[in-house]
Amino acid sequence: MSTETQKGAEARPEFKEVVTTSTWQRWMHSDIWHSYKRSPVIIVSSLTFLVLVLGAVLSPLISPYTPFDPASLNLMNGFTKPMSANEFTGDYFLLGTDDQGRDVLSTILFGLRISLFVGVVAVLFAMTLGVVLGLVSGYVGGWVDGMIMRIADIQMTFPSIMVAMLLYGIGKGLIPPDLRDEMAIWVLIISIGLSEWVQFARTVRGATMVERQKEYVQAGNLIGLSRWSIMLRHILPNVTGPILVIATISLALAIIAEATLSFLGVGAPKTEPSLGTLINVGRQYILSGEWWILLFPSLTLLALALSVNLFGDWLRDILNPKLR
Amino acid sequence: MKTMLKLTAASVALCAGIGMANAETLRWARAGDSLTLDPHAQNEGPTHALAHQMYEPLLQRDMSAQIIPALATSWAPTDDPKVWEFKLREGVKFHGGEDFTADDVVFSLKRAMMPTSAMKELLNSIADVRKVDDNTVHIETKGPNPLLPNNLTNLFIMDSDWTVSNGCEAPQDIANGGDNPCVRSVNGTGAYVLESRKQDSQTILKQNENYWGKGEFPLEVTEIIYTPIQESATRVSALLSGEVDLIQDVPVQDLARVAETDGLALSTAPQNRTIFFGMNVGDADLGSDTVDGKNPLADQRVREAMNIAINRDAIKKVVMRDQSAPTGVIMPPFVNGWTEELDAYPAYDVAKAKSLMEEAGYGDGFGLTLNCPNDRYINDEAICQAAVGMLGQIGIKVNLDAKPKAQHFPLIKNKETDFYMLGWGVPTFDSEYIFNYLTHTTTDKLGSWNGTRFSNADIDSKIESLASETDIEVRNQTISDIWNTVQAETIYLPIHNQVLNWGMKDAINFPVQPEDQPHFKFMSFKK
Repeated sequence: MSTETQKGAEARPEFKEVVTTSTWQRWMHSDIWHSYKRSPVIIVSSLTFLVLVLGAVLSPLISPYTPFDPASLNLMNGFTKPMSANEFTGDYFLLGTDDQGRDVLSTILFGLRISLFVGVVAVLFAMTLGVVLGLVSGYVGGWVDGMIMRIADIQMTFPSIMVAMLLYGIGKGLIPPDLRDEMAIWVLIISIGLSEWVQFARTVRGATMVERQKEYVQAGNLIGLSRWSIMLRHILPNVTGPILVIATISLALAIIAEATLSFLGVGAPKTEPSLGTLINVGRQYILSGEWWILLFPSLTLLALALSVNLFGDWLRDILNPKLR
Repeated sequence: MKTMLKLTAASVALCAGIGMANAETLRWARAGDSLTLDPHAQNEGPTHALAHQMYEPLLQRDMSAQIIPALATSWAPTDDPKVWEFKLREGVKFHGGEDFTADDVVFSLKRAMMPTSAMKELLNSIADVRKVDDNTVHIETKGPNPLLPNNLTNLFIMDSDWTVSNGCEAPQDIANGGDNPCVRSVNGTGAYVLESRKQDSQTILKQNENYWGKGEFPLEVTEIIYTPIQESATRVSALLSGEVDLIQDVPVQDLARVAETDGLALSTAPQNRTIFFGMNVGDADLGSDTVDGKNPLADQRVREAMNIAINRDAIKKVVMRDQSAPTGVIMPPFVNGWTEELDAYPAYDVAKAKSLMEEAGYGDGFGLTLNCPNDRYINDEAICQAAVGMLGQIGIKVNLDAKPKAQHFPLIKNKETDFYMLGWGVPTFDSEYIFNYLTHTTTDKLGSWNGTRFSNADIDSKIESLASETDIEVRNQTISDIWNTVQAETIYLPIHNQVLNWGMKDAINFPVQPEDQPHFKFMSFKK
């Protein structure tokens, strides 16, 4: 495609300007940017997402306290109200503290890191697994397809949070007790990843079956390319659109799954609270008036999941010509 | 429109009527469930609390913790001070219709002395139990034991034929995952009969129509629905919304709310229970620490450092919201042997703790796992989390492992934990009970809850002498000696004595029982 344009450019120098445009300029002229500019919802949600990601990435630099170091906590700071100083220690907390005297703001920033890390890595894991299985299933067909899709069907009959909890339980059982805290995050990632691969596999399989019939695949077959080469180098680039959309929506789901598992007490360790853990702690004190422990992490989780979800919706609309 | 109004009025009246009829059903909730229905397999508060509704001991503590007759009507030492005579109540029948006789008492006490029994430490002074006639039993002790009756308040009597025919001659072997039919079924003499039970979910009891105590106790509750609710917010919501009538473990943060809610009442009293941490002081090396080839907890200086690194006042203020009494000894003030000097707790002193760690060669600290229950004591997990932070300040990196009590307690009994939380109530109101379970070297007969591996032959023989010492002065002196050694060794890190808070409908007349044991036969309703 690109070589063709270059040849055309040589023949018709008056288009030189267009040809030499940078990626940035091409982006500025694209439909995607046009649609982005015209949708206030997506501008707000993408900026929210950006702020949250920056907060998470920079948390060690910008957070006022180090909530994951138990030795730095002072129990006397417990239950300090937002935007006030503790009556015993005089320490100031913008969003208040939890029951152990952890600064809620710092804990949210550090907790976001866990949520985003788990979400992104779990989705990458689910995507890799789902895409490979989907490609094989759609391209090879026959009994291989039957087997992979039946496994997917079986898994679809369980709620994904249940699958994740089951896998988490098994994972915890297999790991020696003294490594549990360090491994908890990875067990979480694998359990969420394994519960989300089906969406990817199904979509990629469908798209692959359509692509398989096309001339370029037959041509590839004729010149003797290997199956893997056809699948990964030729079919895969043509099915990336739907994968991107599912990946964004899965990211929101994975973040919520992590929060749910932590809320239920099976996720991140209590001494290193993620958003879900913090919400669970806050829930215990909602009747006694300490609302901030519950409210701020919940709002953060809401903002994160909603912004990713809206972005995913918009991406789907943009990448699907039928919806335009 | 008028008909509508009438209908509404009628249905309101109907609902009110139903409400009154239901007043005799008591819906009771607490954080955790009974661990087993086998009455001799677990020596644990909530397990006994449920068992007390269905099974009965020879004598029991009432709602003010005074000893009153139950299946025995009178008891006294005979001319031989080593032999006690118990006169049994006549005409008592088990739930299954079997007659209650001296054979059942002999059988049950012997069952409770077997190696798999959790109650054996309480009966440690007994040499033999003999039937004299159908209504008289003699208990012979190894030496004179003036405190024998105090040890029998949680020793439930089972029907011998029923127990044997069900194949549970020996108590359930908890340590080895044992099971028997008596874990799920009950045949007692108590005021309530087991109707149905789903472990950790719901237990329903109905009043025993043939109960001997009719006329003697109020017995106004005819049905008990017992639901363990682990989550504190859910538990208090259940009380606030009227889903349950009585909760035993009111979360400290919600006390004010319960007290201020119309139609609810709060009943408060100090509890006969101390919360503390135990440490493995005996093993040469620990499995759960980061120090190779050595046991840092074997060094008294390290234990002392940990003791003064714990800020008990902060735990009281923030975690317990003033609902606790910090202490320096693992014994509540109810217990014989308690003194103000023992109770005084060391001042919180991080600098001194750090220098002690330095002195012991652990200036850089070490890592250690803390095992903690999350459904047993008031704010148990929050106390453990606070301890993680406080010990972190002197370089001990604690890895917290919080679990439900059903998984936590076996770790202590099987010596699989090096650092753990435990709470200990004292049903005998005497120090000997604490020593027998928590201080004596673990043997077939004693020390089954001594997770510290502490073992001292001199202390052991002093503890054993308590069972038969008749001279109260000498006995109290021995108790004091033992406490002095135990305190000097710092084998336990005491935290506080609990304060009990029961939340209930204000139509209920029910004081808090200092052992946290509600005996529902005593409950009445305000008319």
